[in-house]
Amino acid sequence: MSTETTTNTAWLSSPPVKGDQQDMPEWYTAFQAASWERFQSLPVPSRSDEAWRYADLKKSRFETLQPAQSATAPSVEPAAFGEACARFVYVNGEASVAEVGDLPAGVVCQPIDQAIASGDERLKAYFDVEAKRLGDEKFAALNGAASIYGLYVYVPKGVELSGSISVQHYITGDSAPVFPRTLVVAEDNARVSIVETYESVDSDEPGLSIGVADFHADRGSQIQHVLVQNLNEHSKQVHLATSRSGRDSNVQTVVLNLGGAWVRNESLNYMLDSGADTQIFGANLANSHQEFDQRTLQVHDAQHTTSDLLIKNALYDTSRVIFGGLIQVRPGAHHTDSYQSCRNLLGSDQAEVNAMPGLEIDADQVKCSHGATSGQISDDEIFYLRSRGIPADDARRIVSCGFLNEALSKVTGSDLRDWLEGLIAKKFDQVS
Amino acid sequence: MSDNLTISNLHATVDETEILKGLSLTVPKGEVHAIMGPNGSGKSTLAKVMAGHEDYEVTSGGITMDGAELLDMDIDERSREGFFLAFQYPLEIPGVSNANFLRAARQARLPKGEEIDAVAFYKEMYAKMDELGMDRKFTGRSVNEGFSGGEKKRNEVLQMMMLDPTYAVLDETDSGLDIDALKVVAQGVNAMRSPDRGFLVITHYQRLLDYIVPDVVHVLVDGRIVKTGDKDLALELEENGYDGIKEEILATA
Repeated sequence: MSTETTTNTAWLSSPPVKGDQQDMPEWYTAFQAASWERFQSLPVPSRSDEAWRYADLKKSRFETLQPAQSATAPSVEPAAFGEACARFVYVNGEASVAEVGDLPAGVVCQPIDQAIASGDERLKAYFDVEAKRLGDEKFAALNGAASIYGLYVYVPKGVELSGSISVQHYITGDSAPVFPRTLVVAEDNARVSIVETYESVDSDEPGLSIGVADFHADRGSQIQHVLVQNLNEHSKQVHLATSRSGRDSNVQTVVLNLGGAWVRNESLNYMLDSGADTQIFGANLANSHQEFDQRTLQVHDAQHTTSDLLIKNALYDTSRVIFGGLIQVRPGAHHTDSYQSCRNLLGSDQAEVNAMPGLEIDADQVKCSHGATSGQISDDEIFYLRSRGIPADDARRIVSCGFLNEALSKVTGSDLRDWLEGLIAKKFDQVS
Repeated sequence: MSDNLTISNLHATVDETEILKGLSLTVPKGEVHAIMGPNGSGKSTLAKVMAGHEDYEVTSGGITMDGAELLDMDIDERSREGFFLAFQYPLEIPGVSNANFLRAARQARLPKGEEIDAVAFYKEMYAKMDELGMDRKFTGRSVNEGFSGGEKKRNEVLQMMMLDPTYAVLDETDSGLDIDALKVVAQGVNAMRSPDRGFLVITHYQRLLDYIVPDVVHVLVDGRIVKTGDKDLALELEENGYDGIKEEILATA
């Protein structure tokens, strides 16, 4: 134990709490204290842990974890994916824009720290109810111990929000972390879409974000969550998402990784009642020395549940992608329909993909498929495009973009899809 | 400058096996020529060589398009200069919408820095799709992905209409088509017949030529044009088969 304690101390000696934290209810301060204890007691990630297999652990060691200080807001344009019904801009965890339009009665859409401080009982009932399981427990505990910021959304029964909720995160500050948390609760037949973007304040300063996002979809509801990570090439991100889908509900999560030096995504998805459906889509464009490490879990815990995971990675230069995915069909979850596909386009001999798809089935009448493929761009496809007059470089870019765009083809909302495709195309302009 | 597509004594190999063994023919602007030939005669090799596929090596001979050396041009340059090949097996391009594909092809024809007029482009594309009986949903779908054989061929003709080539080669466009699809595709081609455009229609069967009536029919056997005639030659071939022609050639040799 002594070596681990030493390492932990090197990471951090006191909780990453800002001095000016507002008065919080007792349950929350108790949660923070317990999280801090948990953080200290948990071992640092080790390669002998299956959940960290193939990962470059040097990248998940941090020099300092003292929270990032206030920073000056950059000039921010709204993300252009269509109409937003609410918009937040955070700079190192502090709100610089918080615009909430006229939302239907009963909807709560506010900074999560304010919601906690206000004593929202419902929030408390949904707060941090599902433990992380894919190796990132220590990061989750750190997020819990820290001064958090982020978004709390509650959409009552039958309310469908038109337009997305936009959250733009900007970070900077010599590797000092921010600790965002998103909590979304959709009651029966409610509908909500949230688009979160992560960008750096400037192109040089390394930033670090260690975030948690939890989605609760009640009967017949629909939650869409889009995460666009476009930090600068020195920054790091840990993002841990958990969804719990109730009867006949649909949760759709979309992750787009473009920037960042090192990114770890954990995605836990629970289909809890009959008819629950979860879609997990990811498109990642890695070049230079970038490393995207993605771990996913699809848990079918009831009959007649469905899930569909499609992650596509395009890799260039010496970039690396790790995918570890598991479908679990629990005892009694008959008639499950579950898919898991990780497809990789290797644009360089030095790029590396490690894909570990997995399946555990303890029920009958189950339709499951899982698989991973890696390949290079097809010469015949390029020939076809060139035969229509498209120059070779453009043809390669179009085919590669198309490869990634395919992972987004089932994303709800054509404006949103167009915007995401545009971001991919823009990053491709930087890829040799 | 000559107003034709001329293939002169073309020799081409695949994996060091000679497939085209001195093929010559000329398609003047305004005419539709058909090439018929049995399996393995070199029909598809000719199409691939003209389009510039890198698996095929031209060992001697040449091709000129209105006097310009086609084989000296890059694959994409050939298209921009007015050459078009309708593929026998059109490729599927996942994640690239048909509209974006066509738009990129049209954009490639504009001078650098000039942007395509999107409104006019869509209007034109929709009109041409209507002509070909193609549903609008095909604009948003990935290029040829999940298309039936007939839909793929229609899509080739749509591309041809949108790119407005000077010389178009149709490689076995009739394969995989039912008779209704064949008629629609033929109508599309016939609508494009013009004094400013030449067609070379490659086919195994005479059936297509009932709908796209050629001015000249060439018979390709073993990498060479062995006989040239008018449209009745196609009927004769249908009647007697390629063996009849081969015997005839042997007899006159």
